Amino acid sequence: MCALCGVLGGKDHWTEPLQREGVYVRHADPAGRRRERARRIAEANVILGQFGLTLSDWQSDSYVLATRTGKTEVVADLAALWPAAEKLAGRGLDPLDPAVLARREQANG
Amino acid sequence: MVEAPAFTPVNLITGFLGSGKTTLLNRMRASPRLADTAVLINEFGEIGLDHELIERIDENTVLLQSGCLCCTIRGELADAVKTLHSRRERGEIPIYRRILIESTGLADPLPILTTIAAEPTLRHHYRLGLVVATIDAVNGMSQLDRQPESRKQAAVADRLILTKTDIAAPAEVERLRARLSRLNPSAPLSYAVDRDLDPSALIGNDLFDLDAKSREVAHWFDEAFAEAADHDHAHHRHDPNRHGDDIRAFAFAFDAPIDWTAFGLWLSMLLNRHGERILRVKGLLSVEGEEAPVAVHAVQQLVHAPTHLPRWPSADRRTRLVFIARGLDEAVVRRSFAAFVLDRSATSGRH
Repeated sequence: MCALCGVLGGKDHWTEPLQREGVYVRHADPAGRRRERARRIAEANVILGQFGLTLSDWQSDSYVLATRTGKTEVVADLAALWPAAEKLAGRGLDPLDPAVLARREQANG
Repeated sequence: MVEAPAFTPVNLITGFLGSGKTTLLNRMRASPRLADTAVLINEFGEIGLDHELIERIDENTVLLQSGCLCCTIRGELADAVKTLHSRRERGEIPIYRRILIESTGLADPLPILTTIAAEPTLRHHYRLGLVVATIDAVNGMSQLDRQPESRKQAAVADRLILTKTDIAAPAEVERLRARLSRLNPSAPLSYAVDRDLDPSALIGNDLFDLDAKSREVAHWFDEAFAEAADHDHAHHRHDPNRHGDDIRAFAFAFDAPIDWTAFGLWLSMLLNRHGERILRVKGLLSVEGEEAPVAVHAVQQLVHAPTHLPRWPSADRRTRLVFIARGLDEAVVRRSFAAFVLDRSATSGRH
């Protein structure tokens, strides 16, 4: 993934971008950003649960991804999350996979 | 005194060999409105044909010595832009307000765009501008047939320029125009021979131009939805003249405002797994809790910083998404968006 997965560093993923003119930031204030971060983790865990993974906060700076057997990996943002999750899960995390979709739809009711 | 922008836009001219990139570049350079433009030219191998055909190379020009198509260009491109930046900062060259890169004919535009968006130094001073693709009306159809790079260049472009239409058969021009409209319906298409074509307008009016971005975004969807309707119609008629392009565009719209967090997770997950096949995503989103729309714009896995538009471009306030993708099932993408973003009763912690 080279530059796209954060190897080049810098915390400016499009889902939580740095504030600058014209750029959409969901919450500009620190408290709002913390709430947004907590929601992102909760939402991600609904997806990751299908694959036996959990995500938690790491000092409001990064995230910790863990398997049920205790293997963990620290990830910086969503770009780094999915490749790391695929590695830990040992399979692709595909939102177009019919089986993944069916389970999500069933959970949605 | 002219000031440098906080984020200098970097624009790209791409197009197949002999498709008229340099001619277009020279027209742009002749435009007084683009006088404050630094130009980067990618020499191809040792021949440097593109260089020889440039009429005027001033001190703002840096020649990239490598014709390499992928990662190695990144380092040279980053170094070239950083050199320009440093010279501008020191006052050694006139202040430029945009950069224009002419890529080699064989180049995949993505590594160039990635360099600007992701390189640690550049991303704080530069932003992506627009991608302009030239397509030769005489040879364009066969290049699109045979060369995947040609299809990719046309698919990722923000502006399409048909060249040599004055020497091509009118029917051939029309077939090519129709094919390009299907391949990339959201990019405005112009003819290079059009005397009224304003070269400066090609790289103005981008998404970060606060005055123009609503118009720009509105155009994405007007053409994409018209083309999608046309495609469905033609599909049912089994139109024999249609090319079986592996790349095609599809668009869909949803009434309900969406959850930004869920959308971010879904799109990043989708691009991680299918980014190679998704050449472009453009979205105008009605986000829960926001009056004005949010525009998102991705080239493969590279997602531009989302922009908050000042207002809706029309009375239509639906969330709209356009995909330009290779071999992706539209119905499955739509179903996935619904399952992960729209219908999220599986999710706890809604606000």
